[in-house]
Amino acid sequence: MSDDLTALPAGFDGGMLETLAGFVTELRRAGIPVSLTENLDAMEAIRHVPLEDRSAFKYALAATMVKNNAHWKAFETVFEVYFSFRGSDYRLREEEGDGDVEAMLEELIGAREGEGGSGEGLSAEELAEMLYRALMDGNDALLRALARAAVTRYAGMEPGRPVGGTYYLYRTLRQLDLDGVLERMMAEAHAQVPSDLTELEERLARDEYESRLDALRREIESEIRRRLVADRGAEAVARAVRKPLPEDIDFMHASRDELVALRKAIAPLTRKLAVRLARKRRHGRKGPLDFRSTVRHSLSTGGVPADPQFRYPRPSKPEIMVIADISGSVASFARFTLQMVYAISSQFSRVRSFVFIDGIDEVTDYFKGTDDIGHAIHRINTEADVIWVDGHSDYGHAFETYWERWGKEISGKTTVLLLGDARNNYHASQSWVVAEMAKKARHVYWLNPEPRSYWDTGDSIVGQYAAHCDSAHECRNLKQLERFVEHLG
Amino acid sequence: MTDVTASRFDSPSVVRDGLRHVDYLADDSIAGVVFLADRLGKPILVEGPAGTGKTQLAKSVAELTGARLIRLQCYEGLDESKALYEWNYKKQLLRIQAQRVGESAGEWSDIEEDIFSEEFLLTRPLLEAIRADEPVVLLIDEVDRVEVETEALLLEILSDYQVSIPELGTVAAKQIPLVFLTSNNTRELSEALKRRCLFLHIDYPDIAREKEIVLTKVGGITDSLAEQIVRIVRSIRSLELKKAPSVSETLDWARTLLLLGIDHVDAESAKETLHVLLKYQSDIEKAAKELSSSGAPGR
Ligand SMILES: Nc1ncnc2c1ncn2[C@@H]1O[C@H](COP(=O)(O)OP(=O)(O)OP(=O)(O)O)[C@@H](O)[C@H]1O
Ligand SMILES: [Mg+2]
Repeated sequence: MSDDLTALPAGFDGGMLETLAGFVTELRRAGIPVSLTENLDAMEAIRHVPLEDRSAFKYALAATMVKNNAHWKAFETVFEVYFSFRGSDYRLREEEGDGDVEAMLEELIGAREGEGGSGEGLSAEELAEMLYRALMDGNDALLRALARAAVTRYAGMEPGRPVGGTYYLYRTLRQLDLDGVLERMMAEAHAQVPSDLTELEERLARDEYESRLDALRREIESEIRRRLVADRGAEAVARAVRKPLPEDIDFMHASRDELVALRKAIAPLTRKLAVRLARKRRHGRKGPLDFRSTVRHSLSTGGVPADPQFRYPRPSKPEIMVIADISGSVASFARFTLQMVYAISSQFSRVRSFVFIDGIDEVTDYFKGTDDIGHAIHRINTEADVIWVDGHSDYGHAFETYWERWGKEISGKTTVLLLGDARNNYHASQSWVVAEMAKKARHVYWLNPEPRSYWDTGDSIVGQYAAHCDSAHECRNLKQLERFVEHLG
Repeated sequence: MTDVTASRFDSPSVVRDGLRHVDYLADDSIAGVVFLADRLGKPILVEGPAGTGKTQLAKSVAELTGARLIRLQCYEGLDESKALYEWNYKKQLLRIQAQRVGESAGEWSDIEEDIFSEEFLLTRPLLEAIRADEPVVLLIDEVDRVEVETEALLLEILSDYQVSIPELGTVAAKQIPLVFLTSNNTRELSEALKRRCLFLHIDYPDIAREKEIVLTKVGGITDSLAEQIVRIVRSIRSLELKKAPSVSETLDWARTLLLLGIDHVDAESAKETLHVLLKYQSDIEKAAKELSSSGAPGR
């Protein structure tokens, strides 16, 4: 083998090299930090894997260029856009060795793609029935082929139309009615056993069927993507499907899927944060020389004080008071911030939390005696008394009420975190409350999930509050939130 | 260093079959990355949740290749003298005193040269792996436990397979060992370290592989019980828990059920043994509740 790094493995041509370059560029655009060395490593790595082994090829690229598991999904999407198109052709025929299925379907479906093939060979009912059976039997190969047939028939893809894949996905799934399919599968599972299914059996069956349906959805999505790439080229499609990495997802505009991704991402993040802060506490805070201990230790070195001992100062841990707006647009921001603060609560002598919309309520107890943040959040959303008049944010009234009821409990050990976008619906700000807080508390910080450029526009009055705080921080995503919370500990 | 002369495996599937032979069930990504590590002469950084077979992978690769496993267990406060090498001060001191007692005419430079020779060197795991004559697999376990600064100790070994000892010079590896670093991801590792390694994330196995693991590791278990076990575990893992069950906990649970003579798990027997699978009381309660509900929407 030649040592020239640009030498390509058999089967690679100039076109492939270009595809790879585009692929790496897109990884970087998606936010994955691929260094030059890593890029070269990847090129070296793929010389060693057989090109037709698609999965080995994929893992070679991933192992050399993606070194953070949170970036895996983004990698997979880009990989699919750049490499599945040519892959899809031999996948059914060679790898899986089920060319027969393919041939049979081809016949059934009639002309596919090409002449706007709408799957005429197979009626809608026949397609639905085959799909149902394949799902019931867990026949993956057949499901893959049927996914293609479904896309051909239902997605109504038109060449050159600049729409993203979700539109076509939606059209296809609507026709397939997978919720209905799931219920039919469950009914058959029930019918299969003489005595009825136990609840446990029912649950296991449902989980299994749901995972098969998920696989089918993914297959349909992939198929649509392949066709989009064939039509518009990888670069255009990659741009259309690019999504932010979990740590960059905007709290305020997260879609349902993104919220799920956020919830997954936050657990390892808080775990790391907790470990880091605990270590920081243990180390790097050398106190004054401990004379007695030094002398005691010097006995082992013949009385020479070779190993000076230091006292560890125990800086008093702050008490945290979180005061959070939980109205619609900022609710998930409040949730993630509370989750992060509670995850590192051992760093603090105490954490108290208050939530408001136009009324305010203390919810500290919801977090007591449970490890389950989700449960506490659920109670906040259902039980906390946060509505005073109309359920539109009124920071002024909430802060005033806070001050009356709990203001005297702020002490010199208290750090106050105020959370929200300060969109006050043109009510009075009562910012004097924040000024009073700042006089008594150790620190007062404002965390705002809006981009800084929006602050103090429209009905946002964050500036009036921030003027009295130690500082105000933009916290639009996990990355920024983590940075702030770390500096708290 | 990328010029690897002898490679140990012909293809990723050879790795996979070989590992299966020593009772380790690998998927495409595990087999693919081990194959590459051998070809490229690069270390693997293995990351993932607890109990998913990270440590076992290194052990199994050692067994498969007939190599000696050398393990460096990392901990907070690990330093050079425990990871790389240390001079044997006592022995050096004795040597110097012996010199004094004997002819007093010894040149200091002679003594110095003498006491900083291999005879007085205490080899620690990293150096031991580099100096080994026979094939070795080096396992640097739980590397995320050492401080960021200590990571620097590893860099020279990981990129050049050599150790520099000021008094002795550079010791280079006779053969490139396969190196595994594992991490539970309790902190971000340095870019420098990551750049030198291939990255492998081992997640919970899919249902088919976990079943195979159970069948392989738990003697005497029936196919249908194994199937049930892994399905229940999958359902439990889909809940939002403090700590999801690991593969080792699945195995413990399978062994427990077998011991109790249970060949079909129902909600009752599952609930009674959940503490083997889950460590937190709140998780146990949550799972118990979920297992006795059908999981239908609107639960
Ligand atoms: N793929 C696998 N094949 C066979 N056994 C496995 C596999 N994965 C895990 N196991 C078994 O699970 C147990 C736990 O594995 P191991 O100790 O390697 O986990 P780990 O990932 O290193 O965990 P930790 O992060 O806690 O150190 C071992 O008994 C191992 O044999
Ligand atoms: Mg381990």
